[in-house]
Amino acid sequence: MKIAVSSDSATLKSNVDPRFGRCPYYIIYDTESDDFKSVENKSGQAAGGAGIQAAQMISDMNIKSVITGNIGPNAFRVLSAASIEVYSGATGSVKDAVEKFKKGEYKQTAGPDVGSHFGMGRR
Amino acid sequence: MIISVASGKGGTGKTTVAVNLALSLNNVQLLDCDVEEPNSHIFIKPLFKRRDPVFVPVPVVDQKKCDGCGRCKEVCAYNAIAITSKKVLIFPELCHGCGSCTYFCPNDALREENEEIGVVEIGRKDRIEFIHGKLNIGKMTAPPVIRAVKKHTSREKTTIIDVPPGTSCPVITAIKDTDFVILVTEPTPFGLNDLSLAVKVVRKLGILFGVVINRSGLGNKETDKYCQREDIPILMRIPFSKKIAEIYSRGGSIVKSLPEYKEKFQILFKEIEKIVSGSNKAGSN
Repeated sequence: MKIAVSSDSATLKSNVDPRFGRCPYYIIYDTESDDFKSVENKSGQAAGGAGIQAAQMISDMNIKSVITGNIGPNAFRVLSAASIEVYSGATGSVKDAVEKFKKGEYKQTAGPDVGSHFGMGRR
Repeated sequence: MIISVASGKGGTGKTTVAVNLALSLNNVQLLDCDVEEPNSHIFIKPLFKRRDPVFVPVPVVDQKKCDGCGRCKEVCAYNAIAITSKKVLIFPELCHGCGSCTYFCPNDALREENEEIGVVEIGRKDRIEFIHGKLNIGKMTAPPVIRAVKKHTSREKTTIIDVPPGTSCPVITAIKDTDFVILVTEPTPFGLNDLSLAVKVVRKLGILFGVVINRSGLGNKETDKYCQREDIPILMRIPFSKKIAEIYSRGGSIVKSLPEYKEKFQILFKEIEKIVSGSNKAGSN
């Protein structure tokens, strides 16, 4: 099963980025083969709708679950429509987050946990 | 002539300059385009006679006709559409109402519905025609409301536009097609940083501009040096004065409380007229 982790750089040692829509990278991790690759978040700097675009990209990659720090309402709506499970509240390294996920230590997020524009670093 | 009053940094005195300039001129209209937080009316105290709602066309999808081809998402410049499992998701709060999705849909599956996003109020106070826009709470797209305010621009009058702060879309919408931009700044590092950003925007749009330094005497000399280096005219200085701050906080105007300022604002206007007509002559040669 493929999962996506919001990440502050392109390796497994990177930290989980607290922002789903505006993180610079996603680590796409295959929980069966333990292979991974990094994908740049091209819409991370979008003026508006970054979360929507990011969720669109994730949903186009046949991913089953997303691990992140926080998720906003628009991104959550797109991921839900694509039946992608969201696990928010993750911190620490991407590697640790993946391990915790595999052990079932995260609880699925039922709704957005921050408002729009959380990832824009103001207000 | 249309003069817009912008700043970059918020709270430098755009409204102070716009209001007092308008109060110093004849045959004038004041357009408050800071539709997210209009406040010129507090100082002008106009009587509003008309109230026009502002609508943007927002797409609605007919799921029966939609085959999930994704063309609408591709053409949306505002990230307002997503497609998952061949289903279209529309985010109306991000929609600018450009109409591209409806126009390009190959299956005729999208239609537009008008959504009210704000209001334009039109009124008057003595010699001043006053118009402002108000963006509804929770709406994100100021430009359609700003455009609706600017539709009331009269070429027979001198138009003063109070511009929102910043350097993004609402600012560009407000200063576009104006003859001159007054950039109001304060001589502080924050003021200078945002002034230099605003200068880049105005230069890119190719509009004539000059600087008014408010709270002059505060801060440092860097703003003066910057203007000199960049060859930007400093058109006026308003001193950092407790008296002016008091007038402002009571909702008063400088030119009514301190009449000697009326002439100063008229001189500011004449300076701008000179620059604009000079450039028109240069352009026709």
